[in-house]
Amino acid sequence: MKLEVVLPILIPLTAGALSLALWRSVRLQRLLGVLATGLLLAAGIWLMRSTVEQGFLVVEMGSWPAPYSIVFVSDVLSAIMVLLTGIIGLAIAIYSLASTPTGHEKFGYYPLMHLLLAGVAGAFLTGDIFNLFVWFEVMLLASFALLTLGGERAQMEGAIKYVTLNLFSSALFLSAVGLLYGMVGTLNMADIAQKVNSLEDPGMITVVSLMFMISFGIKAAAFPLFFWLPASYHTPQVAVSALFAGLLTKVGVYALYRVFTLMFTQDIGYTHNILLWAAALTMLTGVLGAAAQFEFRRILSFHIVSQIGYMLLGLALLSPLALVGGVFYIMHHIIVKTNLFLVSGITYRLMGSYELKDLGGFYRQRPYLAILFLIPALSLAGIPPLSGFFAKFIVVRASLESSEYLIAAIALVVGLLTLYSMIKIWAEVFWKQVPDHVTDGGGLNSGLQPRHTLAYYAPVIGLATCTLIIGLYGQPIYSLAEMAAHQLMNPQLYIDAVLGGQAK
Amino acid sequence: METLMAYVIGILFAASIYMMLRRSIVKLVIGLIILSNAANLLIFVVSGLTRGSPPLIPDGAGEVTGVVADPLPQALILTAIVIAFSVLAFAVVLIRRAYEVVGTDDLDEMKDTDT
Repeated sequence: MKLEVVLPILIPLTAGALSLALWRSVRLQRLLGVLATGLLLAAGIWLMRSTVEQGFLVVEMGSWPAPYSIVFVSDVLSAIMVLLTGIIGLAIAIYSLASTPTGHEKFGYYPLMHLLLAGVAGAFLTGDIFNLFVWFEVMLLASFALLTLGGERAQMEGAIKYVTLNLFSSALFLSAVGLLYGMVGTLNMADIAQKVNSLEDPGMITVVSLMFMISFGIKAAAFPLFFWLPASYHTPQVAVSALFAGLLTKVGVYALYRVFTLMFTQDIGYTHNILLWAAALTMLTGVLGAAAQFEFRRILSFHIVSQIGYMLLGLALLSPLALVGGVFYIMHHIIVKTNLFLVSGITYRLMGSYELKDLGGFYRQRPYLAILFLIPALSLAGIPPLSGFFAKFIVVRASLESSEYLIAAIALVVGLLTLYSMIKIWAEVFWKQVPDHVTDGGGLNSGLQPRHTLAYYAPVIGLATCTLIIGLYGQPIYSLAEMAAHQLMNPQLYIDAVLGGQAK
Repeated sequence: METLMAYVIGILFAASIYMMLRRSIVKLVIGLIILSNAANLLIFVVSGLTRGSPPLIPDGAGEVTGVVADPLPQALILTAIVIAFSVLAFAVVLIRRAYEVVGTDDLDEMKDTDT
């Protein structure tokens, strides 16, 4: 039994159950929240170490041999994603100590947070397509409840769209799993990958693969299926926004990566071409949507959409370098995007608004916060030497090498427009004077409560450090992404690892 | 039998999409309920319907004899039903709460968070 493969799921599940048992004591739940996410991060590091050593880690549930049991598989991509889940989980748990309203904490914020992390980690680790559906639902149900916690009008309106589109996508996913099972008679992803190529009706497989693409496309917020995201992500309290922004859409991206490198590669000219144009349009619409917004979190939400485009671009090109770029981009994006939401939470706490017109004067009053904003913001726009520069550089270079010049041009223009949005936030929130209609300096003078300062700033500083490390010390991260891409490019490695190399 | 069921599934999907595209949030949830049932039925039918032969190993034999029904889709549906039940229970509570807070069941009135 390789414990490290199941620990990232077991830790949050246990912590969630324990938090439920400790329903009355918010203090213990908070302690448990930090403790368990810290353990999750440790488990992620352990998983990463042993995955890098051994290539693949496979655990068969109940020790039934592979195609008959549910398997959990960790390859380098899974390990990277789990590690990032740990980092984000810990950051959010610490940040929540200060930012989450007491009312939310009393109504099950912490159990839901643990359940969400368990669902995310499960989706990253499972090697069974139906099991993936189950983890998706675990994650979704937790996210539904977190999104509506507090029950304000905007949250309800956002939640209806979020719930409907996600349920629709789940039903589509389930139908696709059913049709696929009807054709190949197995649910194990490695087994499916092996059998898909020997079917006599490849057209049907392409149809099913498109159902998967639409379903995961909704979850990943790809063009033209992203409308639920900017309608809902700015409505809950900020720690929830940040958690969703970092992890949820990336589960959809991960599922696309897994399915379209392992199982559905028999008609690349068709499926991956669709992905390519979806990626380009996702980048463009997202960034243009952000340009029209004047609310801190709405701008950031639209940027999630545009960044998803870059990740899909890496998958759509399906060359080794493009996949390296895609994986690198995911790593960079999760950290940076969460961090920007956390910064928006601090400015909200200080001045009581997310509207750019009500904010101002932070550079004069809080120069350190301004720097902490600039690091992820410039990284998101792709300014060297921060992490976003290398991520964009690899993806653009890969598209040039694949002779997709138009796509490369779009990626560069989108980078420029991202910079425009970030400068807009910088100029409005940090650079300009405190607006005249904000009479009392809006809490800027009094500042945060001393006991909250650490919990607010520690995660932001930690994530900004991660961004700097990825940027300045990129070689090990790059080789990690290279290993992940190598495994994705050679699905036979995955199949052999899961099925033990037996030919059937 | 499979052909008939295929039509039934098609009609269910069509009906659910129609309901989801209407403006009332109650009809939206009805659409979601039909949608999950359509998906479940699809899994049930897609691997073939076998009547009157449960996948049971007879006494004394080491394995099943003859053609038997595939038990796996049924296990999948059972899981899917449980999940759909919990999710839909949430959706029902959500629309009730949304109706209380927003004061209307018209989706066209809920455009504040759109952009």
